[in-house]
Amino acid sequence: MTLPIDQLIDPQRGIISREIFVSPEFHKEELEKLFTRAWLFVGHVSQIPKPGDFYTSRMGEESVILCRDSRGEVHVFLNSCRHRGMKVCRYEQGNTSLFVCPYHSWSYTTDGKLQGVPLYRSLYEGVLNREEWSLVEVPRLHIYKGTVWASWDPEAPDFLTYLGGAVDHLDQVLDCRDGRPGGSEVIGVHKWVLPTNWKFAAENFLGDTYHNPSHRSVDMIGIGPSGEKGARRDNEYAKGQHVWVSFPQGHGMHSVWMPEEFGYQTTYAQYPEVDEYFRHCFEERKRRQGVKARLMPFTGNLFPNTSYHGRQPRGLCVWHPHGPTETEAWRFFLVDADAPAAVKDVLRRFYMRYSGPAGMTEQDDMENWLYATQSSMGTIARRYPFNYQASMGAYKTNDPIPGDVSMQITDQTPRNYYRVYARYLKGDGWDSLLGRDVAPMQAAAE
Amino acid sequence: MSTIERLLLKQEIEDFLYLEADLLDGRKFRDWLDLLAEDLVYFMPIRRNVKFGQHDEKENTRQGEGISWFDEDKWTLTKRVEQVLTGVHYAEEPLSRVTHMVSNIRLLDVTPTEVTVGCRFLVYQNRVEYENYTFIGRRTDVLRRNGESWLIAKRELILEQNVLLAKNLSIFF
Repeated sequence: MTLPIDQLIDPQRGIISREIFVSPEFHKEELEKLFTRAWLFVGHVSQIPKPGDFYTSRMGEESVILCRDSRGEVHVFLNSCRHRGMKVCRYEQGNTSLFVCPYHSWSYTTDGKLQGVPLYRSLYEGVLNREEWSLVEVPRLHIYKGTVWASWDPEAPDFLTYLGGAVDHLDQVLDCRDGRPGGSEVIGVHKWVLPTNWKFAAENFLGDTYHNPSHRSVDMIGIGPSGEKGARRDNEYAKGQHVWVSFPQGHGMHSVWMPEEFGYQTTYAQYPEVDEYFRHCFEERKRRQGVKARLMPFTGNLFPNTSYHGRQPRGLCVWHPHGPTETEAWRFFLVDADAPAAVKDVLRRFYMRYSGPAGMTEQDDMENWLYATQSSMGTIARRYPFNYQASMGAYKTNDPIPGDVSMQITDQTPRNYYRVYARYLKGDGWDSLLGRDVAPMQAAAE
Repeated sequence: MSTIERLLLKQEIEDFLYLEADLLDGRKFRDWLDLLAEDLVYFMPIRRNVKFGQHDEKENTRQGEGISWFDEDKWTLTKRVEQVLTGVHYAEEPLSRVTHMVSNIRLLDVTPTEVTVGCRFLVYQNRVEYENYTFIGRRTDVLRRNGESWLIAKRELILEQNVLLAKNLSIFF
């Protein structure tokens, strides 16, 4: 199928058709050309600490098993028996030595190899070569600071090349609050379905700070950890320069670049012990990371569908397509594994009241995304594209930090995102998907 | 406690729970808050698909640890009410139409000050035009004697879903 992609997606002019948010054709093309190639978030090693541990996850619309085999190696398998397709695992997580298919009892070891085939000698001897019928395994897997990522494309670039300069921002999510690399753990996962196209959610996290008015109610009442009216979270960045950053691989985020001299601002004021802990972490982080500590995160989206909140709350959210106008959201909440129990307790309580379907902030997002999707489905509605013209051209490259950096609220991050999205749908090669033709940035990055 | 006393107590408790449902469905949210004890625990775990034999240990997330749908106190529920009453909480503006059904009421434990009550809930939510959600599950409440009435001291809501089949949990249970 050839979709008129360039006519419908015009980031140069900031005009993007509603078709990409509602049409079954686009949805099908995304599944075939985007979700089969891009690096996707699968899970976290803290969910599978021991040999034999597994966690069932998703990549796009398909079920996969994240598994640590009996020798400790991490795998990601398609959750479907090679014989007749039954899911070999319908538990969310656990520990096992074998995945036994309920249908005909073919069984697979934790490294994916086909082991048991009932009546093998009489039915299959000399024909079925077990070696060729292992569980389908992702050809590319990368573990980065505890997070597990996978791609179905054997030709995909390595994960860090795919991330490009976005890694500095992802680090702010995954590193310990005191600046030690990695060290996070997942304390729980929300899963829910919402009748919206998955890209509305991804785009929201790309740095759509412009949607703040929709959170007015929660700002009015104040649910932040300092319990103040007028804020849904603490303002940790009063002196910082807000930046909206795009990378040629399609990633985009809203972060903050702090001035050379910056000090701790009280947070978690309701909980002195927690405030003291974060003050300590703040000073340690500055000492460990030096100039890099000036970068602080808000939200971001790693192409295509893994969003993050960097600090309050802190976690990764994967927006799985679930049909053209439905999304299944999986939100993984993170804390430092070695944080004191009192800190973890305050954080988890804040995460729950802020995030997800029961979260006082994000409920309003879900309402927006649902009705934006629904009211874009009509024949007339689809004739009128969306406007992405905010802050046209208002960015500098690699100034003051790597990437295309806007100092004001911008649609540059989604313009860039859909530029890359269009390339996937046109079946471009990896040089194009990585934006290697975006020459100035590439030269500067090398 | 005699049988007749127990029946009268059950009747009194049922009336209280129906009154509570009326307050919620009648959108008298501040009045509803008055029924909640200051030390309220309001908990709805996330349910997980686990292997046979592991249900007691692993099926439900636990109150007091990790992430659940709700694990909160009266302060948070008060904030939720305040948010609805701002008139700009768009997930509940315009307000949903909600009916709470309570059935299968049993007194599980009776002390001089508190009663533990088991029931089933069926909460129907209709929103704007076409949004419909049905939340069904089991509930255990601890009710504390408060003069002529009762206070809800603890509410555990076991929703019979794994992946939440709703975009939001923007209503009270």
